[in-house]
Amino acid sequence: RTVEPLEYYRRFLKENCRPDGRELGEFRTTTVNIGKCLCSITTADGSALVKLGNTTVICGVKAELAAPAVDSANKGYIVPNVELPSLCAERFRSGPPGEEAQAASQYIADVIENSQMIVKEDLCIANGKLAWVLYCDIICLDYDGNLLDASVFALLAALKNVQLPLVTINEETGLSEVNLKQKNPLIIRKHPVATSFAIFDDTLLIVDPTAEEEDLAAGTVTIVTDEEGRLCSVHKPGGSPLTGAKLQDCITRAITRHKEVKKLIDKVIKSITPK
Amino acid sequence: SLSPGDTSVLAGLYGPAEAKISKELPDRAALEVLLRPKVGLPGVLERSREQLLRQTCEAVVLGVLHPRTAISLVLQVLSDAGSLLSCCLNAACMALLDAGLPLSALFCGVTCALQPDGTILLDPTARQEQEARAILTFAIASSERKVLMATTKGSCSVEEMQQCLAAAQRAADTIFQFYRDSVRRRYSK
Repeated sequence: RTVEPLEYYRRFLKENCRPDGRELGEFRTTTVNIGKCLCSITTADGSALVKLGNTTVICGVKAELAAPAVDSANKGYIVPNVELPSLCAERFRSGPPGEEAQAASQYIADVIENSQMIVKEDLCIANGKLAWVLYCDIICLDYDGNLLDASVFALLAALKNVQLPLVTINEETGLSEVNLKQKNPLIIRKHPVATSFAIFDDTLLIVDPTAEEEDLAAGTVTIVTDEEGRLCSVHKPGGSPLTGAKLQDCITRAITRHKEVKKLIDKVIKSITPK
Repeated sequence: SLSPGDTSVLAGLYGPAEAKISKELPDRAALEVLLRPKVGLPGVLERSREQLLRQTCEAVVLGVLHPRTAISLVLQVLSDAGSLLSCCLNAACMALLDAGLPLSALFCGVTCALQPDGTILLDPTARQEQEARAILTFAIASSERKVLMATTKGSCSVEEMQQCLAAAQRAADTIFQFYRDSVRRRYSK
């Protein structure tokens, strides 16, 4: 396994399974913890912890007030930030964010924008004067492959948990008044779910790669779908070439995965909502 | 330097050259891509584009022939009038060709814009990109027109994506013909 990792993997792939016992199309056990009681972040407005096998990603959402930009006076901001601290894997050094973290942050921002998960107009409180800024910090605690899937899932779970206090602008003073007693949940329009595949030897596609599999793979594909079966994002950063038919297979698998994840999130949300 | 319409990108390729010990890989060449925007410092958007370009180039460059070397590709955006990413891809491939690096296949970048009424537009201008419902960029390889890289902006249905992919694969033929003509012109003098 250490000397000839690719050969070791090929032997398993020939039998259509993987060293950890999974099928080629099987995901690792997914667990998600949402909210202040189960999840650790008590200072955040919304938080979620997602474990995809060994990959652990925690997402904290903080809401702050700011003036909207001049050219889009009725839009708020969502600022995702993905961090890969050196504790999650030995390949990440401490210091400024590396290429992988920055590319992941950009990707999450794109997914939010493409899927219209949160419409920025919903975050506006007073046109041109006040709007919400949602800082979404996604931190990886343990990196074992498939960062993008776990991050998107954690972000979705955390945003579903966010409760924004009601803010009114006092007519006379022009200052904002925050009413912490009255909280409304965030309006989430779409629920995007990401599915990642690793390409082996130009033909084989395996779902949910571990860190070892990602290193050996010739390329990766990530597909984000929403509940209507529309594609929010197809991300294939280089790697070995794929035919259109293979891409189609990935998409069908991604749509099935979406249903599984949606069921899981609904179940968890229902279990934490106080009756 | 490549300019489809008004979008212009200048590409410079250096290598295979000696690599820094921290960056060298024992069995293959280390590829590095630097994308410099027209104004401002490179930010997260440039980093993600660099990652896309780097992994696309790594898939075609036969790095195993030059182990422990570094190949640097520097792209400077001269003007942006839409379809920037595919312009960068085409510039990168032509730079690789011009440098004479061993490649397993050529690739070309094609951008498709999905209009709100459903029509597919290839190589959109900045204005068309803004009005479009979704923008899909593909890097198509010259061997069997397979997909090397795919990025989407905005959401679309699965059928629309397949249609765009088919249109991009047809357009790839025109671009590969352009490559051939340019190289022929350069070396016929």
